[in-house]
Amino acid sequence: MIEIKNVSKWYGAFQVLTNCTTSVAKGEVVVVCGPSGSGKSTLIKTVNALEPFEKGEIIVDGISINDPATDLPKLRARVGMVFQNFELFPHLSIMENLTLAQMRVMGRGKEEAVEKSLKLLDRVGLKEQAPKFPGQLSGGQQQRVAIARALAMDPMCMLFDEPTSALDPEMINEVLDVMVALAQEGMTMMCVTHEMGFARKVANRVIFMDRGEIVEDATKEDFFGKPRSERAQLFLSKILQH
Amino acid sequence: MEALDLSFFDWDLVQNFLWKGLVFSVQLTLVAMVGGIFFGTVLALMRLSSHKWLQYPASLYVNTMRSIPLVMVILWFFLLIPFLTGRPLGAEWSAIITFTAFEAAYYSEIMRAGIQSVARGQVYAGYALGLTYGQTMKLVVLPQAFRNMLPVLLTQTIILFQDTSLVYAIGAYDLLRGFSTAGRNFNRPVESFLLAALVYFVICFSLSLLVKRLQKKIAIVR
Repeated sequence: MIEIKNVSKWYGAFQVLTNCTTSVAKGEVVVVCGPSGSGKSTLIKTVNALEPFEKGEIIVDGISINDPATDLPKLRARVGMVFQNFELFPHLSIMENLTLAQMRVMGRGKEEAVEKSLKLLDRVGLKEQAPKFPGQLSGGQQQRVAIARALAMDPMCMLFDEPTSALDPEMINEVLDVMVALAQEGMTMMCVTHEMGFARKVANRVIFMDRGEIVEDATKEDFFGKPRSERAQLFLSKILQH
Repeated sequence: MEALDLSFFDWDLVQNFLWKGLVFSVQLTLVAMVGGIFFGTVLALMRLSSHKWLQYPASLYVNTMRSIPLVMVILWFFLLIPFLTGRPLGAEWSAIITFTAFEAAYYSEIMRAGIQSVARGQVYAGYALGLTYGQTMKLVVLPQAFRNMLPVLLTQTIILFQDTSLVYAIGAYDLLRGFSTAGRNFNRPVESFLLAALVYFVICFSLSLLVKRLQKKIAIVR
């Protein structure tokens, strides 16, 4: 579903991604972790062509995203994305946040879009919040709305860019619960996250990145059981200490 | 020194000399505001574009307009049109076009700051949902930029209202011209210009008080 081949990216002279190669198969859940500044957020943004890259190729559902002929908006509409800072549109109500792209991009009628949105809001437990504005919701609620907003587009896969990093600890689980349920339903997912509990529970594979490189790309069992690289061992020992 | 005599200032004077001028000043302000914000937004988007061929002309335009005194732009445009087209355009139309073009440069700087005040992540979120650049701007970024900048845009409009008095230079009949004509008619130029200053002050000061109240209201909503 997602194929990343030899992707390199520079900010001026500074190389943020070095020959990254990996893939996510249909129905697979892949967790990307690594210390901050390791390029994991940058990598996941390149998958949705939100960050340009200088070398390599990324193919999503058979379509090369760096081919100039690719209709990026059309491709992105089929790839759901959830951001660290939620990025709900603050000037629109929760309902409008969900219906906007359904109507403008997919061409759904208002009734259909509202019906679909209510169904998804109900699913993330926020049906009553539909008329409110993002600023009136807690962080955890906003992130759940953001997931519902992405799901409203019937995505073929979902990208999560540190979805719980900006949340207070007591709100992390309500978001993870939604993500776990999604994974168990067979959604193809690529998640940048530090939540190793989540990775243990639902990931098929874990990718460990450091300094712009994919250092380890292993099955969950191998990664947590016997990480081969020293850097991954060091990272795991640091975050799993407590 | 003669004492000030304000006895000529009555309802007839307002009806005969001032009303027509005030109407034009307000019209000019409103048209230049709407047009200026529209073209200013286009200029701002051009300046923020990644294409150099859009950036440079817009920058050149904005910086040129901001470096020339308005009264000269008004005069030049007024004198240039008959020279180019062979027939005069009339002071009122000339003023409307000049002000729209000139104010667009100032509004564009405000809109540029407004667009930049919207977090980059909002653009990403728009794109990620499949919105095009145009849709992302129209539906996500500009509404927020506009709301963030509303007090500044209105303050600029108050300045614009004061600046409309510069059409005096090309003989358009605005509020100031109304006062000066009345002053000449009654041979009371000093009193008339004093009253003019007072009227401009009252209008502009009350408007800026309104903007201040609006600013507080917006701050609460956010």
